[in-house]
Amino acid sequence: MKKFLGFVRKEFHHIFRDRRTLLILFGMPVVQLLLFGYVIVNDLRNARIAVLDLASDQVSREITGKIISSGFFRLVTYLESERDIHEVLKQGQVREVIIFEKDFARKLQSDGRAAVQVIADASEPNTARMMVNYTQGILMSYTLERNRNLPQAAAIIPEVRMEYNPELKGVYMFVPGIIAMLLTLICTLLTSIAITREKELGTMEVLLVSPLRPVQIILGKVTPYLLLSLLNAMVILLMANLVFGVPVVGSVVLLLAMTMLYILTALSLGILISSLTGSQQVAMMISMVGLLLPTILLSGFIYPIENMPLWLQAICHVMPPKYFITIMKDIMLMGNGLMYFWKEAVVLLFMTAVFIILSVKKFKIRLS
Amino acid sequence: MRTIGFLIQKEFLQIFRNRSMLPIIFAVPVVQLIIIVHAATFEMKSIRLFVVDHDRSVLTREVCDKFRGSGFFRITGYSDLDRDGEQGMKQREADAIVVFPADFEKQVSMGRDARFQLIVNAINGSAGGLIHAYTQSVVQDMNHNLRKESGLISMETRPQQIDLTYTFWYNPELNYQTFMVPGILVILVTVISLLLSGMNIVKEKEIGTIEQVNVSPIRKYQFIAGKLIPTLLIALFELAFGLGVGKLLFDIPLEGNLLLVFFAAAVYSCVILGLGLLVSTMTGTQQQAMFVSFFFMIVFILMSGLFTAAENMPDWAQWLNHLNPVAYFIRIIRMVLLKGSGFTDIRPDLFALALLAVLSITLAVRRYRKTV
Repeated sequence: MKKFLGFVRKEFHHIFRDRRTLLILFGMPVVQLLLFGYVIVNDLRNARIAVLDLASDQVSREITGKIISSGFFRLVTYLESERDIHEVLKQGQVREVIIFEKDFARKLQSDGRAAVQVIADASEPNTARMMVNYTQGILMSYTLERNRNLPQAAAIIPEVRMEYNPELKGVYMFVPGIIAMLLTLICTLLTSIAITREKELGTMEVLLVSPLRPVQIILGKVTPYLLLSLLNAMVILLMANLVFGVPVVGSVVLLLAMTMLYILTALSLGILISSLTGSQQVAMMISMVGLLLPTILLSGFIYPIENMPLWLQAICHVMPPKYFITIMKDIMLMGNGLMYFWKEAVVLLFMTAVFIILSVKKFKIRLS
Repeated sequence: MRTIGFLIQKEFLQIFRNRSMLPIIFAVPVVQLIIIVHAATFEMKSIRLFVVDHDRSVLTREVCDKFRGSGFFRITGYSDLDRDGEQGMKQREADAIVVFPADFEKQVSMGRDARFQLIVNAINGSAGGLIHAYTQSVVQDMNHNLRKESGLISMETRPQQIDLTYTFWYNPELNYQTFMVPGILVILVTVISLLLSGMNIVKEKEIGTIEQVNVSPIRKYQFIAGKLIPTLLIALFELAFGLGVGKLLFDIPLEGNLLLVFFAAAVYSCVILGLGLLVSTMTGTQQQAMFVSFFFMIVFILMSGLFTAAENMPDWAQWLNHLNPVAYFIRIIRMVLLKGSGFTDIRPDLFALALLAVLSITLAVRRYRKTV
């Protein structure tokens, strides 16, 4: 035991000596939270538009005014003719062109309807769709205003309640994902690199001939990372709570227990990767492509899994982070107890067992 | 010149000798393209709706039909107990719950407004907003029918309406894949340039072989050129390979001049190579280098507008983006590939990239010392 503790201490020295990595380990979640909280927004804001006003009457000007003052759009220029449309869109000066037909006000008055044409730059489809939707919304509320004095029939009115995230903040969705990503990064990536590093430098041999048993070597390697990642997860939770007001509705003890479980899964995967390869570069690439990418994309972190094609959903189901993020959302945001996510927890346990068994089988006491 | 040639040859030998690097170089682009393109969509295909119906009337059934018929919603649960709805949401089987009160139909038949409750699981904020918007359009449709039935639409009291017609240029079907593929190619070039270049030098440092290079008559610029040129070539090759895969699998449009794309990619790759080199001068182990690179990569990519439109970011973030090479290159590659923009259209962005390239490489070369 004393030998083991000494070994753990040596590993801690390794980690703490490397100030830059430490700084990044704790700086990364902070920067990411800030990015996701303030920068990554899905709302339209100051989209650049041009107006081609063939009517140039009071109504078309009124509508233009409404569109500009909405805050969603910013008028860059008035166009003179349809020929200019192609030019401004291609250069990327504007994202949307709004065209009012000739005699707009008169048609609206006499025929009861008038036409507005919108051309949106759809090389960014999400933004294009949003721009059209928002334009439509503004036009709709404008006509509603004009028609206010007409007799109304009984109507159906929905009363909307946004559960779990009343202000529709984007950061709610991202906090569990950021924690999952950081844990994956520390536990899997760092661990696999730390072990392959010993192999690459040849110091693994020194460790193997030492009186420490292989199990102790591995445990000693991972213990510091375990503590480090737990600490990191708590920093993220605290900051999310203090800066962005993301709550932990459910039990904190349960949350930490589940975090521990996922740390074990990630660590055992890191060990497995390191037992499969001998070079840091390869370990890194495997961790990046095989793990980090899925953690970001195939786990429900940014993109909802339900919208993906079925074959991809099937792949998502073998990705450990998916289960962890589901559990985190359940506890943190919905306040669910164990009975709602015991299946996910069992899957994680099972995966951990498989990883450990595989890496024990693969672990070689002898080098090359 | 011959020295550089030999150095390049040595680098290529080292890279390709590593058996596991080859599959990575070829597999990464394909895997990335296929997975990211299919995964990265905000489109809501079917919203799972749980209906709690206390009324069980003709009208509530009609509203349900309208929800179903809209194409956005799928009704996955039906009950007359509030508790069932709550359970459905907690068990993640429903994205939203609709609750009709017992007197729903009665209110409408008496000519009064009828209210129902829509409870949305809003953990995903933007999805929550979409569900709300889709519900509004269903309800509007419904109200339009009600108004028609009540015979309130006559010539004099006819409401005015503005018809909106819209066209989507450059991507008429709003195909998300044509949007994502160019962006993913950017990530590809970035990852390869950053990881291979910086990591390679640090690896020599870590193993100690850098000292042999340092005591050899190789000049500083020769060493650096020998390190950068192979990576640059591999990055450009990856881009070509990725473009081919994108064309074959996703039929992405290649509107503009491909040479322009490769030229911009070469300039961009130089920026990233410079940064990689800079990182390698500041770090001593591959682990450190990896972490520093990874950190900047994540920040650059998230802010670049790859996943979300950069224009919607707050002003200070947009200002910071002037220093973000990824943002420039993503804009360029999208403009050229999707819109067919020419050299004049992308000139400002290209100049900015060139400036960044000169800056990063100069900085890196100045910091690089042959002494340990």
